[in-house]
Order: sequence, then C-alpha cells, then structure tokens
Amino acid sequence: MENTIKVIVIDRNDERHEIEAPTDMNMNMMELCKSYELPVEGTCGGMAMCASCHMYVLSAHDLPERSDDEEDMLDEAFNVEDNSRLGCQIRLEDSLNDIEVKLAPVG
Amino acid sequence: MIQTDILIIGAGPVGLFTVFEAGLVKLKCHIIDALPQTGGQCSEIYPKKPIYDIPAYPSIMAGELTDRLMEQIKPFSPGFTLGERAETIEKDDEGQFIITTSHGTKHRAPIIAIAAGLGCFEPRKPPVEGLADFENKGVEYIIKDPEFYRGKKVVISGGGDSALDWTNFLADGVASEVTLVHRRPSFRGHPDSVQKVMDLAQAGKINLLTNGEVVGISGNGAVQSVEVKHKSEGMISLETDHWIPLFGLSPKLGPIGEWNLNIKKNAIEVDTFDYSTNVPGIYAIGDINTYPGKLKLILCGFHEATLMVQSAYKRIYPDKNLVLKYTTVTGVPGM
Repeated sequence: MENTIKVIVIDRNDERHEIEAPTDMNMNMMELCKSYELPVEGTCGGMAMCASCHMYVLSAHDLPERSDDEEDMLDEAFNVEDNSRLGCQIRLEDSLNDIEVKLAPVG
Repeated sequence: MIQTDILIIGAGPVGLFTVFEAGLVKLKCHIIDALPQTGGQCSEIYPKKPIYDIPAYPSIMAGELTDRLMEQIKPFSPGFTLGERAETIEKDDEGQFIITTSHGTKHRAPIIAIAAGLGCFEPRKPPVEGLADFENKGVEYIIKDPEFYRGKKVVISGGGDSALDWTNFLADGVASEVTLVHRRPSFRGHPDSVQKVMDLAQAGKINLLTNGEVVGISGNGAVQSVEVKHKSEGMISLETDHWIPLFGLSPKLGPIGEWNLNIKKNAIEVDTFDYSTNVPGIYAIGDINTYPGKLKLILCGFHEATLMVQSAYKRIYPDKNLVLKYTTVTGVPGM
C-alpha cells in the first residue's frame, strides 16, 4: 500500500508484532506503538523529555544521529545500549520499511 | 486539620484552574502536590517548551502558563500543601473526606478533585535485582541530609545536575570516597558542574567511571558493594556503603490507585456529565481521567474543571440554585 511501511516490534515478552505504519501522518515510533496498544508509555508526549519510549533498533536501517536532547534523556533510562533510541525520535518514513525494534525493559 | 470546600490533588494547570472556577461560585480550595512547586508536568518536565493550543495564546511556555494561572487564582487565596503526597483517604461521620499526606498532614473537605495528571513524580528506580531489599539500607534515591554520608564510601549514578552537584558536594570533605558512574563520557548537566567533576577526577579526589552502569548490588542486610558493567573492562566490583541512583523523576499513579476508584489503564473512569468517579463526592479531571473520546489536552482539562465545579457546588448546597454568571458581568475579586 502506498504511504505504508511494515514495522516489526518485539515486545517485552519477546512476542513479535508485524504492524503497518503510515508514513504520511507525521507519526513517530512511540505514537505507532501506542496506536497499536503496545506497552509504550510516551509520558511526555514525544518531546524527548522522558525516557519512557526507550527501544532498541535491531535492523540495520540508517537512522538520523541521536540529538543532544535524546542523548540527555537516555541518561535517565536503563539498560542503554549502542542501538538504544527513544521511539518518539524515530520518524516513520518510507526508508524505514521492515525496520525492527525491541521495547527496552521498563525502567 | 486543614478544612476546605474542594480539596484538589495535583497542582498542574487543570488543578490550578479549578481554583478559579470554584472561586467564581465562592468555594474555597486547597491543593496538595507531591512536587515542591506548582505547575505539575509543565514545570517539572517541560517548563521551557512552547504550547500552541491554549486559546488566545498563539504560543506560551509551559512555565509561563503556570505563572499566569497562579496569577489568575491569586484573588481566591487557595491553600497549598506542596512536597507531600496524598496518601490515604477516609470518610468521617459527617460524610467529609479526610486525606492524609506522606508527611501526616490532614485535610478535610466534602469534595475531592483529583487532577493528578499522570500521577505523582517519584524517583526513577534502576531495574537492579534485589534493589527493594536495599532501599534505606544503603540505597537512597534522594539525598535529604548530606551529613548522613560523612566518612562513608558513596557511589552515585547518573549524568544530570543532581548527580554532578552531589558528587561535587560529597567529595568536598564529606564522604570518605566518592565514585560517579555514568553511561557515557559526556554529561548533560551545567557546564560549570561538569568541569568541577572533571577537575576532581583529574586530581584523584573522586573516581569517575564513565561508559559504565551499575547492574548489581550485594551485601548482607546493607549495601557492601555494587557491580558495574563497563563497556570495555567488563564487570567491576566497587566496595561501598551507599549507592545513590539519580535518574530523575517519573510519574506513577501511586496511592490513588488504592482508593477504590474505577481504574482503567492507569486512569480513573468518570461520567462525562460532571466528571464524577464511582465514589460520590470524588471527581477526576485532566489527564488522570478517562472516558469515551478522552483527549489528554490541557484545554480539555479546563473544560472538565469548569463542569466539575458546578456539580460540586450542587453537592455542597443541594437546596441552592446556581445561576451561571459571566465574569464580564460580575467581574473577579481584586481585578
């Protein structure tokens, strides 16, 4: 389908969710997970001001570098790895088709 | 005992605006909030972020919105209990609610308005096994009295201002040994504090362990050591008397969840007629409530507060007729 990509989200029980994501609605990964009722808090609403949408990017997609704000908030997250990102900072775009992410443990 | 008409839990924008609407119908309000300042998320999480959907403000900083609401409610002289968490609720013989805070302060009112947003802000706790067993036995999330650490070995975790400031403070002749553990080599705190920490590390006055994360605690009844997972050096064990994880605050529903209110997905179910909960006399407004079509927006919370106050008035004065009066006609005291 046009303007739709496939996203794979692995939840905290290691369950795999293959979901369709619109790329023409200015959505991010945190909002996508919430819209599918996956357990992502997104406390601050997507301002990179909390760390409740911490996730790991498992696929090799080329993502924009972490901003300073994102780095700063990851300081308040736990189990941060090299592939850690805040879901709210991953904008859904056509280039992210088949992206695979795993939700980080609740901190 | 603090007595009021409407006891509001939560000093965020919706809780504050409730005071205004209540004031128009001559109901007194008192607000309890776990944070030491008013404004809720607006002051705690994003004071410097602009909000664009407050009517008549094309753009307003969240912090300024709080200041302006405080100014707007000043004529009604609300009471505040700040820095204390609403803990328990009970009903007395006269049908009034009594709410006791974490500090034991008692409040009494016929009406409770829960405007607690996402809940109360609490220190973020690292997911380390056995953490709860060591709380107050060497693990502290807040430094209340630095003297408590005199002559002790302390490990601090975190990369923000509180981690940096306390490292600097405790290293200045208070603790016998201070180690700061942080996940990356750079810090987000104030540049002056960062420089001071770097200087102390250079001079050998603190141990600075970057690219590391505390992942384990051990001890016999009290903390004796923490395990640090280091990116290049593997596991490092640090002997210590205290571990102070400083990872900021995050909101939790907290004790309100135990008040016999109908809760759905961490939110309180309400009737959209007047935002009343399943317990008569208790209302829930703003981000804390849920109903079909709910939107978590400040402006929706203002609407909810306005309708809720009308219902509260009728509950307190069942025999009085409340006629809607416009502020353009009646004015507001002190304006």
